[in-house]
Amino acid sequence: MSTDAQTESVEQVTIRFAGDSGDGMQLTGERFTTTSAIMGNDISTVSDFPAEIRAPAGTTGGVSGFQLTFGSHDVFAAGDDADTLIAMNPAALKINIDQLKERGLLIVNEDGFSKRNWERAGYDHNPLEDDALKKYQVFPVPISSMTKSTLEGLPLNGREMDRCKNFFALGLTFWLYERELEGTLKWLDSKFAKLPDIAEANKRALRGGYAYGENSELFRVHYKIKPNPQELKKGTYRHITGNTALAYGLVAAAQQAELPLFLGSYPITPATDILQTLTPLKNFNVTTLQAEDEIAAIGAAIGAAFGGSLAATSTSGPGMALKSEFLNLAIMAELPLVVINVQRGGPSTGLPTKTEQADLLQVLWGRNGESPAVVLAPKSPSDCFQMAYEASRIAIKYMTPVILLSDGNLANGADIWKVPEVSSLPKFEFSRFKGQVSDFHPYERDPETLARPWVIPGTPDLEHRLGGLEKDHLTGAVSYGRENHHEMVLTRAEKVQRVTNEIPPQVIHGHKQGDLLVVGWGSTYGVIRTVVEKLALEGHSVGSTHLQFLNPLPLDLEAIFENYKTILVAEINNGQLWTRLQGAYAKPMKRFNRVKGYPLSEKELQQEILQLLKD
Amino acid sequence: MSDTASELNYQRTDFVSSAEQKWCPACGLYPILKGVTNTFKDLGIRKENFALISGIGCSSRFPYYVDTYGFHTIHGRAPALATGLELMRPDLSVWIVSGDGDCLSIGGNHFIHTMRRNPNVNYLLMNNEIYGLTKGQTSPTSKKGVISKTTPYGHIDPPMAALPLAIAAGATFVARVLDADLKAMKEVFTAAHQHKGTSFVEVYFNCITFADKVFENYASKKQRPVHTVEAVAGQPLVFGENNELGIRQKGFGLEVVEYEKEGLQKEDLVIHDPTDKGLAMLLTKLDQPVALGILRQVEQPSFGDLVREQNQTVIDKKGPGDLAKLLKGNDYWTV
Repeated sequence: MSTDAQTESVEQVTIRFAGDSGDGMQLTGERFTTTSAIMGNDISTVSDFPAEIRAPAGTTGGVSGFQLTFGSHDVFAAGDDADTLIAMNPAALKINIDQLKERGLLIVNEDGFSKRNWERAGYDHNPLEDDALKKYQVFPVPISSMTKSTLEGLPLNGREMDRCKNFFALGLTFWLYERELEGTLKWLDSKFAKLPDIAEANKRALRGGYAYGENSELFRVHYKIKPNPQELKKGTYRHITGNTALAYGLVAAAQQAELPLFLGSYPITPATDILQTLTPLKNFNVTTLQAEDEIAAIGAAIGAAFGGSLAATSTSGPGMALKSEFLNLAIMAELPLVVINVQRGGPSTGLPTKTEQADLLQVLWGRNGESPAVVLAPKSPSDCFQMAYEASRIAIKYMTPVILLSDGNLANGADIWKVPEVSSLPKFEFSRFKGQVSDFHPYERDPETLARPWVIPGTPDLEHRLGGLEKDHLTGAVSYGRENHHEMVLTRAEKVQRVTNEIPPQVIHGHKQGDLLVVGWGSTYGVIRTVVEKLALEGHSVGSTHLQFLNPLPLDLEAIFENYKTILVAEINNGQLWTRLQGAYAKPMKRFNRVKGYPLSEKELQQEILQLLKD
Repeated sequence: MSDTASELNYQRTDFVSSAEQKWCPACGLYPILKGVTNTFKDLGIRKENFALISGIGCSSRFPYYVDTYGFHTIHGRAPALATGLELMRPDLSVWIVSGDGDCLSIGGNHFIHTMRRNPNVNYLLMNNEIYGLTKGQTSPTSKKGVISKTTPYGHIDPPMAALPLAIAAGATFVARVLDADLKAMKEVFTAAHQHKGTSFVEVYFNCITFADKVFENYASKKQRPVHTVEAVAGQPLVFGENNELGIRQKGFGLEVVEYEKEGLQKEDLVIHDPTDKGLAMLLTKLDQPVALGILRQVEQPSFGDLVREQNQTVIDKKGPGDLAKLLKGNDYWTV
């Protein structure tokens, strides 16, 4: 070390990168994430970016943010107030400053704070001269001009040079938190293999930022975050986003089932990555169709399922609404189908790039008729792999559509994933017809699963017709009979209920019984677990359990509820699981709902729990 | 699918399911069912390799009555489902059965995009110019002025012409036949089957209950020669009781002439060429006479073939996918 900066050890740090949507903040955050993961820290990330591709530069509408929490212990959530904020311009400062802790580090690109820029962000004075910033440790760094001088001599124009400033900022944070440069330098070489000047420029900017931290004497302290000492199980690890994990889960499922994979989809934020991830994987026997609309996307998937493929469709809430009628056809025809809904803020177009959990009741009850479907929800980005795999397995075993509820936070967030051994993945079971041709009935069921046989076109002598009209309970012929319809309504419900046989025992964090149990589902897992384990350590009588199966509900849930005085249902909606659970168990429950397009706040949830414990 | 028709030796009744047929007595769909099954038996395709996919409406009950694999889906969306099926199962002979409301109203978007993509499916539009199953409302093909339950003072909308729309959207096979002409149905359905890509066939049929006799000019054997022209590739377009009328080019359009009276030869009339897109547009728009037969046919690779070919190119280049490698990615570490 050539500086006098002191090294301080910390357990956990939350960093937020914020700039214009063209400033490369997502990429910067991802590089920091990968580097920290490889250095042995546990990590969790959350993206916060606008729906507009490039809103006018410098406006608050165009601010893109990436936040990550990493530490030398297990990290389950990334959404709370940051220790360090890197703001590339006044708009980024304005949008994000409220999420910086008091005495937190605020690194600003002071070149970005021209009068024109702060006016554009809606300030009537230079915010850097504002007393309001006094509660933070402010570090103005001329990031743009330093980047330019670092790149002097390279055959790049001013604009190209300016675009490297995010790597200067990254280099500076690498110094601040003692991160290794090597991986990112290599990554730049391979990313820009065909543009060696750009690779060189970004590498210089990265090193320049690092050297600036080392030499400028601006910072008196820098930080060391030791690797997570908790012994990781032997194996291979990577970090992965939820959307990638969903796509890979489907590929793995198709391969284990020895079936071709078909995905019908229509671009929609924040689900589009799934289509984009699967499309290049043609050599994994994957066929994708970018359909003319959401309806055709699920329709083509049902056609593929009818033909014997593992079929899926991916969308977000508005697309889910459009798919309802076709989904009901798959429920009536009893065909396997995976429907992925990466939820976003609603209603209507809502908040396309923001997270929400408000489609639960839509997928449970938002279709005409008695229309039961299996509904699963991954709890973390890496859990998306397993849940996509399970959704596929259950869909095929039970001959039913399975809806997977992810959300924007899982989709673009990342965490560490222990890559499974392919040979350890669960086996697939099929509902095949094995009897004599004369005994074939399209709706005769497996007594255990109630699945009807999957007999696909091309099978000799078993020709039959499917359709949306009510079916005779055995022959599958059109039937309007009163008793038959009643029986079929109950049978379809019972078949979904049998999926309880697939649900592992509920895991409880914190106390196994006591005063209060927090119940959640989906992406709130990390926040709830973090808060509950902390409170339990502090001596409070609290536990938490997280639902990955929302229909059917786990059979052991009711007994778990009996072990606590108060049940608190925490969700990013206005009380949907709360409604579902109270209906299912006729038990009064409390609820904690924040619908801000952002993960639940650990601080607010903790306050709520403590308040309830007092009452 | 390599069997020959004689080896299979099917009878038409082999393709008739045991389900009770529930269309109105004397509905035009009965002869079409006959036309379709009469075609299927001789295509040299095993029963189990047919899949009939329909939407909603009277005509969409069709699959229940044909003893092959079938799927009665939802309103307007059969082409979407059929596209997915055809993509994954090129070994099947996929037939879409749709009506005028199903295809052109609620399913208009899928119809256009199916024509554009050209998957290898046969797409039958049963057009009776009325909504039958909901008991008599106007459809997108109902003529102006029609009195129906939803237009008691006369229909105001202009009708939609399916065939020019199909051609504009990129259709590679477009034909029109009458429910009253079993022979033409078999010829056209067989040609549709043989065509690689989407074969779109409009079948005019009579709704005896809600729109009786809207096609009377074409249905009656006496009227038909005066009001229709049979388009045969390579042949001049002539019609009339005694073939005295012909179709001649006029400017950018067509006109009907009594050619002999005007001192013209048959060779001076338009010679039908199904590969000529401009001619197909004009022919499909004619309403006096109405053009019948295969009006447009061009060879183009089907959507499914292109998709599968591209998939194969990637497999050839990259080799079969390695799942363990995919899951690990590039930025992994081992403990």
